[in-house]
Amino acid sequence: MTTNLIDIQNADVIMATSNMAENHPVGFQFVMKAKERGAKLIHVDPRFTRTSAAADMHLPLRSGTNIAFFGGLIKYAIDNNLYFKDYVVHYTNASFLIDPEFKTATDLAGLFEGFDEAKRAYDQKSWKYQLDTEGNPKRDLTLRDPQSVFQLMRRQYNRYTVEMVERVCGIPKEKFIAAATLFCGASGPEKTGTITYALNLTQHTNGVENIRALCMLQLLLGNVGRPGGGVVALRGHANVQGATDLAVLYQDLPGYHPTPLRDAHPDLKTYLEKTTPKSGFVVNRPKWVVSMLKAWYGDKATRENDYGFDWIPKRAAADAYSQQHIFVDMYNGKIKGFFAIGQNPAVGGSNTRVVREALHKLDWLVVQDIFLTETAEVWKAPASSSRAAVNPKDVKTEVFFLPAAPAAEKDGTLTNTMRLIQWHDKAVDPPGDVRSDAEHIYQLGRRLKTLYAGSKAKRDQGLLALTWDYGDKHPSILKVLVEMNGIALEELKDKDGKVLYKKGDPLRTFADLRDDGTTASGIWIYTGVTVADAEGKIVNRAAGRKKADDKDYLAHGWGWSWPANRRILYNRAAAAPDGRPWSEKKKFLWWDPEAPSNVPDKKGRWVGLDVPDFNAFLAPDAKGGDNPYIMRADGKGAFFGPLLDGPFPEHYEPMESPVKNLLSKTQNNPTAKLWKVGEKRNELAGVGSTEYPYVITTYRLTEHHLSGVMSRNLPLLAELFESHFAELSHELARELGIENGERVTVMTPRGKIHVKAMVTRRLKPFTIDGKTVHQIGVPWHWGYNGVPALPGSKGDITNDLSANVGDPNVFIQESKAFLCNVKKGVV
Amino acid sequence: MSLSRRDFLKVGSAATAGVAVVGRGLDLAPVEAAATTLKIKEAKAFHSVCPYCAVGCAQLIYTKDNRIIDIEGDPDTPHTLGRLCPKGAATIQLSNNPLRPTKALYRAPGSDRWEEKPLEWMWDEIAKRVKATRDATFVEIEKNKDGKDVVVNRTDGLANLGSACIDNEECYLLTKLMRTLGVVYLEHQARV
Repeated sequence: MTTNLIDIQNADVIMATSNMAENHPVGFQFVMKAKERGAKLIHVDPRFTRTSAAADMHLPLRSGTNIAFFGGLIKYAIDNNLYFKDYVVHYTNASFLIDPEFKTATDLAGLFEGFDEAKRAYDQKSWKYQLDTEGNPKRDLTLRDPQSVFQLMRRQYNRYTVEMVERVCGIPKEKFIAAATLFCGASGPEKTGTITYALNLTQHTNGVENIRALCMLQLLLGNVGRPGGGVVALRGHANVQGATDLAVLYQDLPGYHPTPLRDAHPDLKTYLEKTTPKSGFVVNRPKWVVSMLKAWYGDKATRENDYGFDWIPKRAAADAYSQQHIFVDMYNGKIKGFFAIGQNPAVGGSNTRVVREALHKLDWLVVQDIFLTETAEVWKAPASSSRAAVNPKDVKTEVFFLPAAPAAEKDGTLTNTMRLIQWHDKAVDPPGDVRSDAEHIYQLGRRLKTLYAGSKAKRDQGLLALTWDYGDKHPSILKVLVEMNGIALEELKDKDGKVLYKKGDPLRTFADLRDDGTTASGIWIYTGVTVADAEGKIVNRAAGRKKADDKDYLAHGWGWSWPANRRILYNRAAAAPDGRPWSEKKKFLWWDPEAPSNVPDKKGRWVGLDVPDFNAFLAPDAKGGDNPYIMRADGKGAFFGPLLDGPFPEHYEPMESPVKNLLSKTQNNPTAKLWKVGEKRNELAGVGSTEYPYVITTYRLTEHHLSGVMSRNLPLLAELFESHFAELSHELARELGIENGERVTVMTPRGKIHVKAMVTRRLKPFTIDGKTVHQIGVPWHWGYNGVPALPGSKGDITNDLSANVGDPNVFIQESKAFLCNVKKGVV
Repeated sequence: MSLSRRDFLKVGSAATAGVAVVGRGLDLAPVEAAATTLKIKEAKAFHSVCPYCAVGCAQLIYTKDNRIIDIEGDPDTPHTLGRLCPKGAATIQLSNNPLRPTKALYRAPGSDRWEEKPLEWMWDEIAKRVKATRDATFVEIEKNKDGKDVVVNRTDGLANLGSACIDNEECYLLTKLMRTLGVVYLEHQARV
């Protein structure tokens, strides 16, 4: 999330694409505050929800057509001259010229230049800037050059007319125009708009391009880095941001460094060369990576051994190891031992029948959780009307269940959706043999170090070198946090010889990290979260509890926000290129030419209501002084930004769709990931399938939590829904002769579930290119465990219906738009 | 573990009173103030954070005799204004809940039951399994696409899923350990 929940109140218009009122109700307060201050709320969602009820306008959109919608808005803003031209010219790559060979999807029937049919991949050699003789990108500040990014973008979206939006998305033309006028109208120096999203945009075979389309619209309207603007990513778990920062993910190391690839990164030098750009702030990557290796391997990490780089595994391929890969590979017998820590894949994930069978094939399984999950008890899954019981005798998997403590019973930090790190205290001891996840993990590591002690094998030296000394029983959490923050490994001086840190001091900023082995930091973006006071005592800024006040509405003393306690990212863009605020009304960060500089006798610095996300002393007219997007090599927000499926988002139908693609003859994302699983265990319904004619989307409820472990086991929550259910429109129910409350069967080529029908006006059939298309909605919180006294806390597993298909960039599943059939009764 | 719903509600009842759920209506502030005063009398208060979604609502946890007696939204929180949603308001039942296993459990291959085991035994046995699987499936050197040997130090037979529900420090320890063991199948809930 580029911005901050508190700042939503400064928006003039808000477009919620997720169901924020129900899924992030407490954050939704700031949307309501904005409304009280005169802002308008547009809700884009296939269903009419509580968010729609609070909105000025609800646009029903057929699931899976987000790019058609955003593309339509981009075209509308350009055609009607509603974009923020000064912002676009100076802060984005709109003026950059692209290689003359490059062609848009408008020119090539839905494909971009360079598609290789056999490889289902692009050769990206024309997806690049034209360079001048000095190697700088050529620009046309008038934006008129036909090969400028701006003109190519215009060409790319010239098919995305309001009529086309109506035909593809099912949004009536008048509604779309009203919403486009409202949202795009809140652009320019005096106004800003924000957009919220959640898994509604990500869980698609073009999930990453969906987000890019949203970001492009925000760049076009000049909404990023400014108060009341931004991209509001609403995450679903308490620490999904932190777990991502810390890289419990196949593709990253902590702080967003790619995990090394066998074919590209044989050693540290090559790795750093290939992953470090020549300009932009990421030129510092070597300092961050070497400091991380020093945190992990201590004195054993030396310049001679590449600081232990070889002890980190190398991926055999980029197309491997994601959650969906894990279960396909487990199903195929490749994975033997498996940890499920605070995650319940037997319910949450795609094609979960395959997941549960894959779990049966393991040699051993460790589940670490608060309650006995469906994953922990996968060897004795009971029968339901749609599914036979598992016979424990048939499951040879050895299972270990480690009882884990919730947040209330341990110290630690969680990073919320706006990058805010907050400390929580241990309030009570966990009962019995319950332990924190930290202690379970720490004890496993200690035992493994003992088991491997004395080994001379090269492969074991990383584990023996691993720094793993946080106390006897329970690890000291503050000690771990300080390691993540980083410390000086010896006395550090600045270039004038002044002592910056004594040996062992916690580092104040990632700007002080070094690539010569004299600093250690587990995750550079968290540097600054723990600092030392004048007496050298650790100050844990994540535990800060200073309230907001008139001077600091963003409350910089409440917790600590990475990076560098910045609350709104890219905030250099809150000022015009000359450093003055765009307007008095949207004043946020500006250049004060009279403020003292960091150099004696010089003046000028960036000041305002936030920590500058920029070199605080770099004048607006200096080289790079108008480059707000510091993490990008060219310093500009990217309309043209190569992903594996194209440099511009292009609409494709979901892998399962009731209709043909009207925007081009390319039906699906041609680079999407497809898996073949077992014998017909991952079949897909064809385009316009008569056997599976309805669109299905999955979603969440206010009173339940994700795979249900933390809600179905709590009577206070479990009793709030009497049954698992599917929402369907009155029109569809009438066609099928289904009454409200009746049991129905929902089926796909992967599986079926039995649930109650909730017949509702919240869903309406869509008219797609003149044809009626029905969509249903099914929440996915249920499974076979729950509160015994509350039968409604148990139910069939919705994800038995979804498929193993993935976005080509990140392999996320497509569970927000696929096809199903609905039948009356238990079939 | 057969308990009636009433038994449960008795356990969790402390959480239902005095918690401000998002919404409008009567001004209950004076009533809440009185109720809260009574409830937290002689209790110790701790700062906490809601463990459900990623809004990160700060909470106050009140305890007596090493037992949680109430959890409520922290009214000072700038990004939540002290409110909690129904899930956040139910947090107390993550701790005070008879359905929670408080012993480590083991299920032997093919068995139809859990057995309680000492923690130390569990940790020892799990470490042995990890070592055995790692040693059996480890790939130390592999040819790259040009046919050159590259040290890959990868364990293909081990996978770890989770978690976006554990703390940053726990994620950090997990990543550090798993990567060093050679684990490449490492994921959390980001995609589900």
